[in-house]
Amino acid sequence: MTGPVLEIRGLRTWFFTRAGVVRAVDGVDLAIGAGEVLGLVGESGSGKSITGFSVLGLIDPPGRITEGSIRFRGEELVGAPEERLRRLRGAHVAMIFQDPMMTLNPVLRIDTQMIEAVLAHRRMPREEARARCAEALRRVGIPAPEERLKAYPHQLSGGMRQRVAIAIALLHDPALIIADEPTTALDVTIQAQILYEVQKLCAETGTSLLWITHDLAVVAGIADRIAVMYAGQIVEQGPTAEVIARPLHPYTLALLESVPSHNRRGQPLRQIPGMAPSPLALPEGCRFRPRCARASERCKEPPPVLSREDGRQVRCFHPCQEPAPAETERA
Amino acid sequence: MLAYLIRRLFQAAITIVVMAVLVFVGIYAIGNPIDVLISPEADPAEIEAAIRRLGLDQPLWRQFLLFVGNALRGDLGTSFVHNEPALRLIIERMPATLELAVAAMLISIFLGIPLGMIAGLRHDRPSGRGIMAASILGFSLPNFWQGMMLIMLFAVWAGWLPSGGRGDTVPLFGVPVSFLTLNGLQHLVLPAINLALFKTALVIRLSRAGTREVMLQDYVKFARAKGLSERRVVLVHMLKNILIPVVTVLGLEFGSVIAFAVVTETVFAWPGMGKLLIDSILNLDRPVVVAYLMLIVFVFILINLVVDIVYSLLDPRVRLSGRAE
Repeated sequence: MTGPVLEIRGLRTWFFTRAGVVRAVDGVDLAIGAGEVLGLVGESGSGKSITGFSVLGLIDPPGRITEGSIRFRGEELVGAPEERLRRLRGAHVAMIFQDPMMTLNPVLRIDTQMIEAVLAHRRMPREEARARCAEALRRVGIPAPEERLKAYPHQLSGGMRQRVAIAIALLHDPALIIADEPTTALDVTIQAQILYEVQKLCAETGTSLLWITHDLAVVAGIADRIAVMYAGQIVEQGPTAEVIARPLHPYTLALLESVPSHNRRGQPLRQIPGMAPSPLALPEGCRFRPRCARASERCKEPPPVLSREDGRQVRCFHPCQEPAPAETERA
Repeated sequence: MLAYLIRRLFQAAITIVVMAVLVFVGIYAIGNPIDVLISPEADPAEIEAAIRRLGLDQPLWRQFLLFVGNALRGDLGTSFVHNEPALRLIIERMPATLELAVAAMLISIFLGIPLGMIAGLRHDRPSGRGIMAASILGFSLPNFWQGMMLIMLFAVWAGWLPSGGRGDTVPLFGVPVSFLTLNGLQHLVLPAINLALFKTALVIRLSRAGTREVMLQDYVKFARAKGLSERRVVLVHMLKNILIPVVTVLGLEFGSVIAFAVVTETVFAWPGMGKLLIDSILNLDRPVVVAYLMLIVFVFILINLVVDIVYSLLDPRVRLSGRAE
């Protein structure tokens, strides 16, 4: 297939709360090619999950997509009729959520929740749908799927539930899966298994993956490309190995430096000074400016997105691979 | 399940014994029935004879055992006023009250849950706010006043419905019911609405709170992300979770509706148990009051048992086990 599976341009999703307008997503550009795994990295509240939900049109009031375009296989989704979005959800764009304890309805059996997902998009006898569900469970490595189908969610472990959620996401062989921190709530060993399996299944079916996480270590192991998000904007984008080895944006660098393994033993853990800005009161110009060691007077203007020849993008006046601004210029 | 039932029956027995003591002490032992039964002008020998006849010269524990012994044989005393067994008097009136209570519960369920869900789903829109404002009226206006207003509007001014009484009844499995005749149904509508207003407001508030809580849950979002229709998300995924607290409260409320339909029955001259209770209290007809209280205890225990069973059907995480937690 030619062209990206998903192309987001200038997306703004704002929440009109009583306290003011929360610009949760404020001008995001993203593209995911067929079969590609894109890691969307950012800390809590950076707007990465809202970006994911925007694609599916699952933004609850008072939130609203105010601007921008989301094209899925060339089709515009912003402003598309609800029924069209419903047909896409689950069938062509699936989603896996963060907390497997919360994503399955506690009062409905697994078979009810899986069969309804099949029948939402395909007309077939219930027995056939049930067989498909058992097959999907087997595919994600759940033993004795026929018995598991009759269980209620609370009878399964966290890892097992996340497998069920993944099986549901894979039911219709979607072109794109949006995974919103699907391993965060799991044990490290289970995390590794789930990571491996999702990667394998997506590779088998040619499914593109938007992997949303705050964990650089996770994304480094799975993503082809990384996009780093800060305060509603993407500050840096590029191939995973490049971004990790030679970060361009000071925020990416600071993130990498605060990963424990990067520090030498005995030294205090590096932190990024200050706090992420309140989305109600974003700083003017570059949003990372108040916490940035490289900021200058110029950074009070909104920095442009620089696209480099090697396919990397950075939203910064003073990228890290260039010399820092002269002392006199510093803010 | 069986072990659970046996344990519950045991608990029920204890509750009934405790309640019997309370009722007996509260009604029989305090105050002197002689003052009511025998005219003050009677001579001392007559009074002495009456005290002996009624067993009031016996020690309290012996009186209590006699009361319990009779109660176990289904004899809760004889009405002073009607000169009939108290229990039979009450049972005769029970179908009328039950019919009224069931009608009121059905109205509050089938009106309250949908309205509450709409109010929850549209909590920031005029329709949602309107429902909540109306429910405040249901809550805060006194029940008897609502009843009188209903009579004034629909019986006096509009003249559509009768203002009181039960109307024609037909036997259904040997029990007289009025909802199967047109005339009876007309008589049932106003008192049932009156009795239902408060419960409906309560159910609206519960359902709205439940809806607002459930609609933010991840599993609702996940259900939408699966591509389910809004109908299925609301009517299956949300409703089943909302029903759990609603069923609990409705069960308790059903007991109180049966026990204390007094006000509505008085306003609408509905010949039910509540009206009998009021009349008996006014006439100091103690055996009837005692029998009424014992029967209500029994009804409450029964309803609670049913609620627990329904609860376990709704929520798979609740499993009825015979072991004490």
